[in-house]
Amino acid sequence: MKYLCLVYLEEKILNAMPQKERVALSDESMAYCDQLQKQGQLLAASPLHPVETATTVRVRDGKTVPTDGPFAETKEQLGGFLMIDVRDLNDAIRIAAQFPAARFGSIEVRPMKELGCA
Amino acid sequence: MSDKASRPPRETVDAIYRTESRRVLATLIRLLGDFDAAEEALHEAFTAAMEQWPRDGVPANPLAWLVSTGRFKAIDGMRRRARYDASLNELAKHIENTSSDPLEQKDEHIEDDRLRLIFTCCHPALTPEAQIALTLREVCGLTTEEIARAFLTKPATIAQRIVRAKAKIRDARIPYEVPLPSELPGRLDTVLHVVYLVFNEGYSASFGSSLTRADLSGEAIRLGRLLVQLLAEPEVMGLLAMMLLHESRRTARTSESGDLVLLEQQNRSLWNRDHIGEGVRLIERALASRRFGPYTLQAAIAAVHAEAPDTAETDWAQIVALYDLLFRADPSPIVELNRAVAIAMRDGPTKGLELVDKLLARGALANYHLAHAVRADLCRRLGKKADARASYERALVLTTQEPERRFLEKRLKELVDGTVS
Repeated sequence: MKYLCLVYLEEKILNAMPQKERVALSDESMAYCDQLQKQGQLLAASPLHPVETATTVRVRDGKTVPTDGPFAETKEQLGGFLMIDVRDLNDAIRIAAQFPAARFGSIEVRPMKELGCA
Repeated sequence: MSDKASRPPRETVDAIYRTESRRVLATLIRLLGDFDAAEEALHEAFTAAMEQWPRDGVPANPLAWLVSTGRFKAIDGMRRRARYDASLNELAKHIENTSSDPLEQKDEHIEDDRLRLIFTCCHPALTPEAQIALTLREVCGLTTEEIARAFLTKPATIAQRIVRAKAKIRDARIPYEVPLPSELPGRLDTVLHVVYLVFNEGYSASFGSSLTRADLSGEAIRLGRLLVQLLAEPEVMGLLAMMLLHESRRTARTSESGDLVLLEQQNRSLWNRDHIGEGVRLIERALASRRFGPYTLQAAIAAVHAEAPDTAETDWAQIVALYDLLFRADPSPIVELNRAVAIAMRDGPTKGLELVDKLLARGALANYHLAHAVRADLCRRLGKKADARASYERALVLTTQEPERRFLEKRLKELVDGTVS
């Protein structure tokens, strides 16, 4: 079963971190992703640029309407994602719980549909 | 078996339905991998039993027969419907290959299935409301109407909660398993909390005119007994003990007119000694493990009351000591409030009032009616009439329970009239 783990965190917290701490966090996250990949549980993962770089796209009356900013303004922002392939939700929760950002942010775990959008 | 065979088959099937249907369901969910399919299979298995048992006699192992029949009917049904949905054929084949027929070979998982069902219904990825509804429906076998009546809500609301919970279990793939030992403490907490909420809802209904809803408390105790039997962890025993000890006072805590009777005034000869005895034995087992927690401590406090002939002879020092331990395990303002009451009993109302005032000043319990009721009572005992009156009035504004409202109104009236209770 594939799950998309959406990593939400307050960018403020990251920005306030001393450089050394931020690098350590990034190293820890990357090492964890390497480990998941070796176990065959990681399909893709990436951190995202800050939310100011976000563009939201809608098509209304046939017109493409891109707007500046994220889909929803919230206290925590989408900071990255992991796409995993594991047995069940308990495994997905275990993996999400060990991701470093879970210690100060939140990880939304969403099961991915196997076929189509219906 | 012989007495079963001599009874009319219809009654035998009904009796087996009452005792075994949840067990059959729990195993069918594992074999079929789906709650709805399992419920349908359960229904078909009992329909088949109604037809066949009168003719062929009750099978030697009715449980295995029902599981086997349900499994067979489900596979058969999938094959028939495969004409319209080819994927069902694959599913039927998968179920046939991955699960064994309990009539043909011993299925060593059967014993764990009820525990699997409980942990799945109480999975932390479901909301507490969904956990409660699903547990009462699937583990206890209550109908959605019965659950709705117990929680004073509409059957459609409960039905929707259950449908959503089952959809989440299926779509997010919540596994049907007992948690790993490393995850057991946290997961067990969720299960115990569900049982505790069900009991509490039955014991001190949060809304409405009836102070106790015995059927819900009875369900919670049944669940507690089942859990102790399946997983004899100290806190499981502690929770069951706590429920039994509170339940033991049920008849004594309301008067014939449905009014609240405080612990102090309760007729202790009405307390259920069997419940108390069972509770005390469970506490002893839990304490001996040295891995006990808040439920065992709350049970131990209830046991001190249960063993005292009246309020005056209650060992308040021991109750305070137990509250100190409880506060370390569960540092909540409610525990502090109860501790303050015990201290008032041990050291007098002045000391108790001091603690309650400090607690209220912190704001944590400002909207909790019992905090104001406690303050009112302490002020009353100290002769501070104006303070007592203000606190009774505050408590009255905040309570949602009819018998409590009547009790507070009576106290307030006595205070104003100058009569002493």
